[in-house]
Amino acid sequence: MNLTGTITLAHGSGGRAMHQLVDDLIRRTFSNPLLEEGEDQARIPLAELVAQGDRLAFTTDSYVITPLEFPGGNIGTLAINGTVNDLAVGGAKPLYLSCGFIIEEGLPLETFARILQSMRLAADEAGVQIVTGDTKVVQRGGADKLFINTAGVGVIPAGFNPSAGSAQVGDVVIVNGWLGDHGAAILNARGDLALEADIESDCAPLNALVEAMFAVCPDIHCLRDATRGGLATVLNEFAERSNVDMVLKEEALPIRTPVRGMCEILGLDPLYLANEGKLVAVVPAAAAQAVLAAMQRIPAGYHACIIGEVVEGDGHVILQTAFGGERIVDMLPGEQLPRIC
Amino acid sequence: MKYMDEFRDPATAKKLVAEIHKLASTALSQREPLQIMEFCGGHTHTLFKYGIESMLPDNIEMVHGPGCPVCVLPMARVDDCVAIAEQPGVIFTTFGDAMRVPGTRKSLLQAKADGCDVRMVYSPMDALALARKNPEREVVFFALGFETTMPSTALTLLQAHREGLKNFSLFCNHITTPATMRAILTDPDLRLDGFLAPGHVSMVIGTHPYDFVTRDYHKPLVITGFEPLDMLQALWMLVKQFAEGRCEVENQYARIVPEAGNVAGLKAIAEVYETREHSEFRGLGNIGDAGIQIREAYAAYDAEKKFGLPFDFAQGAVGYDPEHLKCADVLRGVIKPWECPAFAKTCNPQNPLGALMVSPEGSCAAYYAYGKLAKRKETA
Repeated sequence: MNLTGTITLAHGSGGRAMHQLVDDLIRRTFSNPLLEEGEDQARIPLAELVAQGDRLAFTTDSYVITPLEFPGGNIGTLAINGTVNDLAVGGAKPLYLSCGFIIEEGLPLETFARILQSMRLAADEAGVQIVTGDTKVVQRGGADKLFINTAGVGVIPAGFNPSAGSAQVGDVVIVNGWLGDHGAAILNARGDLALEADIESDCAPLNALVEAMFAVCPDIHCLRDATRGGLATVLNEFAERSNVDMVLKEEALPIRTPVRGMCEILGLDPLYLANEGKLVAVVPAAAAQAVLAAMQRIPAGYHACIIGEVVEGDGHVILQTAFGGERIVDMLPGEQLPRIC
Repeated sequence: MKYMDEFRDPATAKKLVAEIHKLASTALSQREPLQIMEFCGGHTHTLFKYGIESMLPDNIEMVHGPGCPVCVLPMARVDDCVAIAEQPGVIFTTFGDAMRVPGTRKSLLQAKADGCDVRMVYSPMDALALARKNPEREVVFFALGFETTMPSTALTLLQAHREGLKNFSLFCNHITTPATMRAILTDPDLRLDGFLAPGHVSMVIGTHPYDFVTRDYHKPLVITGFEPLDMLQALWMLVKQFAEGRCEVENQYARIVPEAGNVAGLKAIAEVYETREHSEFRGLGNIGDAGIQIREAYAAYDAEKKFGLPFDFAQGAVGYDPEHLKCADVLRGVIKPWECPAFAKTCNPQNPLGALMVSPEGSCAAYYAYGKLAKRKETA
């Protein structure tokens, strides 16, 4: 397909241009046997699913981001990894994804093709297939360049049952590495800050990491990916739902120097910055070292570390500062807003 | 991080805390608990962020002052911002934390959701760049803050003037620190013993504008920076003054604050601004000569004149705040946030009625979070 032009309303009209876009570009990029059947739905053999677990996990998410492409990824890699991770942190092995595009007319075809290609690579890395989808084109102003929705199904092996309400006193809190990279990279990529910081998004699939964790500890109590709202929001959910307190050690929190620096300048708190390749696990203390060792053997977990513990309480997250002081890390009432001075 | 971690060293902090405890348990043990006001919201932020307040002795009580430009912004002023933003063709630009301050009708965030072109910028120069890029639009910058932000807005206005830009203006809401502090000091209900004064304000104005605090009101004052060790050292210096019976303006932040301030910054301020006869501060009412307006010579860049809004504050009007809110008493340190009947009930961070609950630097928002910690300790 010639990729020199832009997406036009004709690409969404149902005619030849749409046929070319869907068949020659999207279907060809995502090519796999289920998609090639060319039906209006993916027909997934049940026997293969049943052999892998006892429950189906099903999730969906929509992706809207400015800019579409940023250091460390693009809206397409987010759309694949985000849905893969939503499945993985439920203990599921992610298998099949759907993909819906809403495209604003005027988007360069070349940009779209590049995003599709990185989606394919991300899907391959995560070991999932994009088996069905949908494409709509809207008039200029009807969307912000490109919106993507992905839904995914996966299978949960018997015995895996992590839940936000299962944290127990004595458990430890583990993260798989540097916090806030994605949020800081996006802020920086928007270009209104005139900051020169070398920060890349952490956008990555977490299913291999989760598999390694469950292999050594099937009894992981809580597991979530820390996306919008960051670590603080996930831990507040765990604490509230489990009716316990989570105590974090400030010195133990892995935050890169450029991310800390950007937060200092803007008056933001890295604990609330978004991540796209980070998970938070609450595990029994007895299994903590085994889980940590298993994580550190996988690239997505090289920098995994223990950041805190679960104590008796009524649903709060408390940060112990390096000085021995304490402060509450509450949920934000809204978006983080930079301070005046 | 260089130039930062040096001022966050836990071992030094612990030594300072130990020194403060020692002074408090010996020299101060015979007197009433000290009430020290950190005037600036930035300091309140540091106190909470690093958990400093939880490490202080019981007989030192921090009172969170009005030094947060968002906290003292009257509702009527937010209404004026919204009214300007609603004008056809206007791009209204503001610092982020002013977006959520409630007006009587709506906040700027709500105005944006309703279709106004409200944009968050990180510096007034960003607003100026928008004006250059959008010659057919009118770009207004919400000039807000104490002396810290005043030089940058003044220099931006002067730059617009040099370039002859016709589509840029400032909605000037700057306020001055010493005049606001004087208003607190003249309050008959005052219980404060001393002040921590904001270092970045003094970086502009120097140290002498605070001389009246010690001379006329006999309250010691230490100018300090925003790193945790700055604040701990300043607290130690202040407590030492009490212990030794001294009352002076001291400068903990000498590495940044020259005695005479920033001469170039002060020149730009003097060129562009003059004091207002009347200006309403949220919770504090009308404070004479504390507000700032743009001089007649630069009226072409004054959004008030450009848009001709009916500004009530010009007549010194007060009273937009709902009566049951005790923002004023909290701002002056007369009561603690939880003594306000609305605190954590009808007024909370999800639905802030008073501006002190809006900004994370506001004492009510800080206490809302901190109170949970205190409650947990109580029940432990």
